[in-house]
Amino acid sequence: MSSPVKSDVAIIGGGLMGSSAAFFLRRRGLSVTLLETDKIGRQASGTNFGNVRRQGRPIFQLPLANRAIAVWRQAHELLGSDVEYLQSGHMRVAFRDRPENIGKMEDYAKVAREEGLELELLTGNALRARFPWLGPDVAAGSLSAMDGHANPRLAAPAFARAAARLGAQVCEDTRIVSAGKVGSDFELMTEDGRAFRAGAVLVTAGAWAGKITAWFDEPVDLVARAPTMSVTEPVPYAIKPAIGVMTPEEVESVYFRQVARGNIVIGGSTRAQSYPDEYRAYVLPQNTMTQFEQIRRLAPALARLNVIRVWSGIEGYTPDELPVMGASPLVPGLFYAFGFSGGGFQLGPGVGETMAELIATGTTDIPLAPYLLSRFAAAGPRAASLHDGSRNPLGEVPLSLSKETRGG
Amino acid sequence: MAEPRVIVVGAGPAGVRAAQTLVKAGIRPFVVDEGRRAGGQIYRRQGEGFTRGYDELYGTEADRARDIHETFEALAPSIDYRPDTLVWNVAEGRAWLSSAGETEAVPYSALIVCSGATDRIVPVSGWNLAGTYSLGGAQVALKAQACAIGHEVVFLGTGPLLYLVAAQYAKAGARVAAVLDTSPFSARIAAFPQLAAQPDLLWTGLTLTLALKRAGIPVLSGVTPVAIEGDPETGVQAIRIRTAGGSERRFACDAVAMGWHLRPETQLADLARCTFAFDEGTRQWLPVTDADGRSTTPGVYLAGDGARVLGARCAEVTGELAARAALADLGHPGDADRRRTLLAAKADYATFARGLARAFPWPHALAAAVADETMVCRCEAVTAGVLRDSVSAKGAVEANRAKAFSRVGMGRCQGRYCGAAAAEIIAAARGEPVVQAGRLRSQAPVKPLPVGTARSGR
Amino acid sequence: MSGRFRRLAETDRPPVSITVDGKEIEALQGDSLMVAMLASGSALRDSEFGDGRRAGFCLMGACQDCWVWTTDGDRLRACSTVVSQGLAISTHQPEASWPNLA
Repeated sequence: MSSPVKSDVAIIGGGLMGSSAAFFLRRRGLSVTLLETDKIGRQASGTNFGNVRRQGRPIFQLPLANRAIAVWRQAHELLGSDVEYLQSGHMRVAFRDRPENIGKMEDYAKVAREEGLELELLTGNALRARFPWLGPDVAAGSLSAMDGHANPRLAAPAFARAAARLGAQVCEDTRIVSAGKVGSDFELMTEDGRAFRAGAVLVTAGAWAGKITAWFDEPVDLVARAPTMSVTEPVPYAIKPAIGVMTPEEVESVYFRQVARGNIVIGGSTRAQSYPDEYRAYVLPQNTMTQFEQIRRLAPALARLNVIRVWSGIEGYTPDELPVMGASPLVPGLFYAFGFSGGGFQLGPGVGETMAELIATGTTDIPLAPYLLSRFAAAGPRAASLHDGSRNPLGEVPLSLSKETRGG
Repeated sequence: MAEPRVIVVGAGPAGVRAAQTLVKAGIRPFVVDEGRRAGGQIYRRQGEGFTRGYDELYGTEADRARDIHETFEALAPSIDYRPDTLVWNVAEGRAWLSSAGETEAVPYSALIVCSGATDRIVPVSGWNLAGTYSLGGAQVALKAQACAIGHEVVFLGTGPLLYLVAAQYAKAGARVAAVLDTSPFSARIAAFPQLAAQPDLLWTGLTLTLALKRAGIPVLSGVTPVAIEGDPETGVQAIRIRTAGGSERRFACDAVAMGWHLRPETQLADLARCTFAFDEGTRQWLPVTDADGRSTTPGVYLAGDGARVLGARCAEVTGELAARAALADLGHPGDADRRRTLLAAKADYATFARGLARAFPWPHALAAAVADETMVCRCEAVTAGVLRDSVSAKGAVEANRAKAFSRVGMGRCQGRYCGAAAAEIIAAARGEPVVQAGRLRSQAPVKPLPVGTARSGR
Repeated sequence: MSGRFRRLAETDRPPVSITVDGKEIEALQGDSLMVAMLASGSALRDSEFGDGRRAGFCLMGACQDCWVWTTDGDRLRACSTVVSQGLAISTHQPEASWPNLA
């Protein structure tokens, strides 16, 4: 066996979180090895909707989201590659049969403004005048002009390439099967017998992260799901903001965006199970049909267009569907950033930058308390369940808001 | 116990023979046909109100066409026929049908996919100009609509269809400016022994070539296409090629029909999660089947050119074989003698098909060398240069990655027409054999599906 | 203007008239929409990506190059649609106001 590859930081998982962390760690001068089982950004990071939205997030995520948007805005020059970031706005809409959401939108806008996120509330004629193609069921919209969308297929690979140009070792087709401590270093072993050593390890393994945290006695139950995604044929560019429905019902929670080339990407509504062990995720045809029904309610004009492709990927959800990020409380040198599915794409570059800062300096200005893995342990190991909506592990954090607009 | 439901997808020669075999065994199959009337592409029927006879439409294959049509008509009371209907997805033992804005999930015990084939294409500079058509498309225009694709037509590519369609055009009174074959004549000589496995087909091929030459039409072998010339507004004006001797020639024309043999339509097999394997002889990824047409997915059977391009005659054989395999798996008694006869016939056609692949080889080097400025993917208007950049600058190692980075194969046709050449370009850019470029994973819907599609009330 | 396609036979069918880009054209009963349009015109649509006009490719519902817009904003695949009296087609991309047509 060859001698282990050594670096300051080894990152397990080459999605957007891992790739952007690799990039920012290199900018801080640390040596980095990025380890990816398959190809960079092929699962949740590459197959999500592509929303670069701050609005609709739990308020505690806004500092991180603001950090992320600063990176998105300069992504092209930073990465030397276009990730198709389009700051064309993001709008959440409320249906007439859920009038309570209009009040919630107003409340959210007030709090969000304190965090630097400006939202414009539109109803009635003002809404119709700006967006005449919204369905008659739509009663109100909350427009975030400074949000937008980008191309998930391109983003994580662009970060990984940029990291590699700065000297990171990017290892695709590299499956880590065990990890442990050798002295003060971590040693990671691959399926094919290669070894990697590092002083710090960052776990950004998405749906697979639970397996790795378990090696360090910090188990977390992740539920693997498969989003329902579709894209239409290209049509003249007419719809600027990404649009999503604010609703507590998963089935109603559709969203869409038009890319500058003209295709309309549709996401949301019902999800399927995915199979991380087999590396497989499928779109169920009945879910595609449900999504079509919901999107027609939101924007009837889309009914005329043809969907030319559907896809899915492997997402990993924590018990409360909120992310885990920060240092391991048990193992010095071990760091986590996973469980972002359903809202991680926008945060990605902010997560990478924050984790790089934390690993390099031991501290960050981003308040990490709401992200800690220990919130699950407090309720007893494996007590939390995705389907148990009654728990609110974060106390005062308005958890419900996190679910009102899903998608990237 | 309810009768097991068998769905036959496609009503070309393979689908019709499969349905016939099922009906004989007492099964009432569902036959789902994208066409308005049975026959598939090869025995496609002309529109209502057209009056040409079988000989005029199908030439030497008139009797076979008539038999397929009449067989299917006789089956009508014994099958559930769904014309104008697309199977857009397969999942969890159900085929998802789409027709007239509605979709319906039909569960099956056996699914016999007879999805046919489409032209295999080498991108040529200017092939995105209006007036460039696939060879198969040129034939459909004539057969189904009594039209020529232009007033002065050049035929480019290779394979028996090249000569057949050109000859049909000439016979029907269209002006054929040239027939340009990328295969060298020597390849045909070398393949002669294998082609002799179907002497009458070989003879037909020779006769066609002779007829074209007698009509004074330039027929060139071993050509290298240089460019289809024209205007983005008005379309094709000429084609430039390099002859086998190395000189350049230009043929004025307003239409080019191009095709390099066929490639199977394997999307449904892929969505049904069948295993695929690379076939060195044709440089194509094909679904793995046993001799009878069983795929690796239980209950899914593949027949006709949609499984492997063995020609229309063989499709009748493999359609029956696949139906017999499905029947056997459903517990019906078999007929060992009939099976032996069918397998022997299939073997002969396979020998002939290998001969054709040798006589009219896929010009993979030509595909790999497509100029950077040339469009590879017409749907998304992606050039070979952009595709190469996805490999060299962005690090794509195979077709799906290159698609993700460059959009090649991401458009409306889902890589049907660019996939073969794209794989050659990717492999060449990486300096690897084409098998390493892999194959584009199929994604539903098999063809565009309106967002307005509603669940059927059936 | 003369058409891209050339009719070689079967021209005794009854006429059908449709509108293409505001102009009435005569087609024949049993024509595909594609043949109807290309027997008197030279293209079906614009490429979305600026490389010029497109006139279909495969004629068998596989390549999807021949999707055209009706003036009402509906989508039709010209090669697999049988022409019918009164169809109104635009061979150009609709205005960016297309979502308002619903």
